[in-house]
Amino acid sequence: MSMHRLSGCPGCAEPLEDGDRFCGVCGYAVTAPPPAPAADHPTIPLPPSPGGVPAPAPAPAPAGDGYDAAEPAPGWGSVASAAPTLVGDPADWAVAPPDPGTPYGTGGEPAYGTPPAPPAPPAAAPAPAARYGHPGRPPGEPGDAGDTGPESSAGPAEEHHRYDGPQATPQGATSGHEGSYAAPRGTDPGHGDPYGTPQGAGQGGDGTPPEGTPAGGKTCVACRAGHVDTDGYCEHCGHAQPRERDHQEEELGSVAAVSDRGLRHHRNEDSFAVAATALPDGSAATVAIVCDGVSSASRPDEASAAAAAAANEALLDALPRGAHPQEAMHEAILAAATAVNALAPETPGAQNAPACTLVGAVVSSGLLTIGWVGDSRAYWVPDDRAALPRRLTEDDSWAAQMVAAGLMGEAEAYADVRAHAITGWLGADAYDLEPHTATFKPDHPGVVVVCTDGLWNYAESARDIARVLPADAAVRPLHSAQVLVGHALDGGGHDNVTVAIVPFAALPEPRPEPGAGPEAEPEPRAQA
Amino acid sequence: MANFAKPSAPRFTLEVYQNEFLPEGGRDVHAIVTATSTGGATATRASALQGTAAVVIMVDCSGSMEYPPEKMRGAREATAAAVDTLRDGTSFAVIAGTHVAKEVYPGQGRLAVAGPATRAEAKEALRGLSSGGGTAIGTWLRLADGLLRQSAAVIRHGILLTDGRNEHEEPAVLRATLDACAGRFTCDARGVGTDWEVKEVTQIASALLGSADIVADPAHLAGDFTHMMENVMGKEVADVALRLWTPVGVEIQYVKQVAPAVQDLTDRRTEAGPRAGDYPTGSWGDESREYHVCVRVPSASVGQEMLAARATLVLPGTAGEPATVLAQGLVRAVWTDDLAASTAINPQVAHYTGQAELAQAIQQGLEARKLGDVDGATAKLGRAVQLASVSGNADTAKLLSKVVDVVDAVAGTVRLKARVTDADEMTLETRSTQTVRVKKT
Repeated sequence: MSMHRLSGCPGCAEPLEDGDRFCGVCGYAVTAPPPAPAADHPTIPLPPSPGGVPAPAPAPAPAGDGYDAAEPAPGWGSVASAAPTLVGDPADWAVAPPDPGTPYGTGGEPAYGTPPAPPAPPAAAPAPAARYGHPGRPPGEPGDAGDTGPESSAGPAEEHHRYDGPQATPQGATSGHEGSYAAPRGTDPGHGDPYGTPQGAGQGGDGTPPEGTPAGGKTCVACRAGHVDTDGYCEHCGHAQPRERDHQEEELGSVAAVSDRGLRHHRNEDSFAVAATALPDGSAATVAIVCDGVSSASRPDEASAAAAAAANEALLDALPRGAHPQEAMHEAILAAATAVNALAPETPGAQNAPACTLVGAVVSSGLLTIGWVGDSRAYWVPDDRAALPRRLTEDDSWAAQMVAAGLMGEAEAYADVRAHAITGWLGADAYDLEPHTATFKPDHPGVVVVCTDGLWNYAESARDIARVLPADAAVRPLHSAQVLVGHALDGGGHDNVTVAIVPFAALPEPRPEPGAGPEAEPEPRAQA
Repeated sequence: MANFAKPSAPRFTLEVYQNEFLPEGGRDVHAIVTATSTGGATATRASALQGTAAVVIMVDCSGSMEYPPEKMRGAREATAAAVDTLRDGTSFAVIAGTHVAKEVYPGQGRLAVAGPATRAEAKEALRGLSSGGGTAIGTWLRLADGLLRQSAAVIRHGILLTDGRNEHEEPAVLRATLDACAGRFTCDARGVGTDWEVKEVTQIASALLGSADIVADPAHLAGDFTHMMENVMGKEVADVALRLWTPVGVEIQYVKQVAPAVQDLTDRRTEAGPRAGDYPTGSWGDESREYHVCVRVPSASVGQEMLAARATLVLPGTAGEPATVLAQGLVRAVWTDDLAASTAINPQVAHYTGQAELAQAIQQGLEARKLGDVDGATAKLGRAVQLASVSGNADTAKLLSKVVDVVDAVAGTVRLKARVTDADEMTLETRSTQTVRVKKT
């Protein structure tokens, strides 16, 4: 279970010790959470909570075993028979004529009269101003961690025990930085904190009594000698301190996401939003949005944050009203595009307008809905690793277009320097926005891996993803997201990495007879 | 600094222009720091600032001032005009400078307070000015220093006029005097005629954070003095320093004022706490100045970011009080493997690098010309013409065209003029450090 552990500091190769959050020599933030046993951190104040018990022994990970030669699981196979193979064959499904409205019953006046059932988790109602897609974060006080106590950020807390080691603390929607930046942050109860950590003082497992240190007395993570000035740099060595977005984690009961700056970029231009809500019938729906800012554009970090927040908000608005998830996803992507467009400067052409990619997944009442623009991806990995994993998205990229057009083989296209040039994005200078959406109805459980290219550069194929993904991903989504991010960092971390894990539990509805595929599920729909 | 708390006090802003991106292994960080003070002068002029300025005018009365006699007459009229420009309540004195310094008005080691009566008395006293004797500028400055030291005024300023070389004093003595006076008062220096030494006048102005210029024609002295005095009357905050804080391991390569004129401040640093140093900027009215800061940072790996320097404008506190921070800006370093980002040169940095090179090319070109090195002078002055043309420094281009025949300004092709008047050459040398701002696009 330690495949995400770094054996040495990525910054200076200094060997790391268990529990190190920052390299002792160069101060590099070792973002992967240490799987240290509880005995390593005896001083951590464990809040009294049902989740405060020590983590169970990590389940053995049979990752990498037993699926390589496996046949597709029968269950998915039946769907797949109706759903053409996605990867490498986009023409069969991506260009299916969209017919929004009639199939979903949303073409006429939707029955909005029924107020949506109160969302079960508080995170289902995100504050509109929540930056970075932290739904539970109070607007207007991004830097005031002290006010964001465990109560205000309490999401479904029943997942505490899933954390490795003693970092398990009550955390819901805004839990983040667990085991990574907690140490330098927790010492400041939030006054003037430029990073706006959403972590309440004393909530983080930093082992430092927050009341013992005056405000502004944070110690530099790089030199450990100087204090951090109000502008976020060490007053001794000048080193920039980790920012809130450098490493973010969030977990709800049904979904988890991790985003990391990576090892080669100076800021994190990825962003994500995860949320849970309820459909009109009371069943739960889960949303995960992942966005990747386009580095060559201006303010890509703002673009990705705006897109993720807007798409999330749109879905949380539409789904409880009964909108079909695919329709809702389409609208959400348009809403995200509008939000990114709004960031563009007044004078067109003055500079490169902010832009980003987007990939989103919605799991609701047995349906899995995917939507995307750009080269961020979603993968399906069945819980039964004997079944075939698959990629659910088709990149808007030069290479994918070359392959799709039959002009190049996949290997040749992806080896080209232009391979990663994206042909679709959200932003004011996008030519024609073509949101892609698709709906699946898997009849066996699995997880959806929603990620940016920072991950899939190091695990391109669905098999690679499945090989890295822990076997217990469905029950430990946050841990699995951490593992995947760790995999990208181990591989070099050349880009920002963001991974959301959405477990999908097949509905226990009566199964159609084998071979009755067509009625069981209409073929995946795609809208252009 | 009680008056500084007034709402009418000028507000300072600091902006940093730089390309913060460095390639892997990159270490030199360049930034242009623009400091601007606004909002004070118009509100306070002539009312709130009574008694906050003290000015001493030093007039050369050496024997050469009578050759031609227009110089002495011009100096007298110019000093009278400057006295007329004094705001009521300003402390002032007039010194006649020869190989010794002599108080002309009010005398007895005092400063007068400007008003109708004292202005009339001062102008009366100026009529008695006569020339005769040598030139020892250090003695003038020392007397001015002694007079200004009695004043509690915030703005302490001198105006110095000379027409000849500092012949009756060792250069080392003048230098020591300037070192002693630096920080105690500021001083503008003017050379009248063409028999003075450009380097001496610019050295005085540079050390005492004032302006240097040539007034070749004595008839223009009165206008120049009036303008200088108006400028002094507009000053409101004195002893402002540019403070640079740098992290451990960061070396400051240089700190230069680059606008309105090039002025190297690197060696003028005084330590101000751990890893911080103050560079003097003198007194400020409503104005804007730019500084080129170059620091060398320890190399770091791609993806790292650090603060390379924190620039602040500070007003040093009196007697152990902490300095007042007027404005702050950050110079950053970010290492990236994006070549497009790391190879871009910030337009401001490029512009002022060119302006500094322009000043240097003129000085080196004129030096080579004096030494008879035609090729060297042609090359350097050609480069100067090219730089002045590219950057839109029309004033300097005009001055250059009086020294060289410009064949092709863009290519920097020039021919040295056979005959160049002393006045043109000295004007070019004195004003070589004048820069222009970045062209607005």
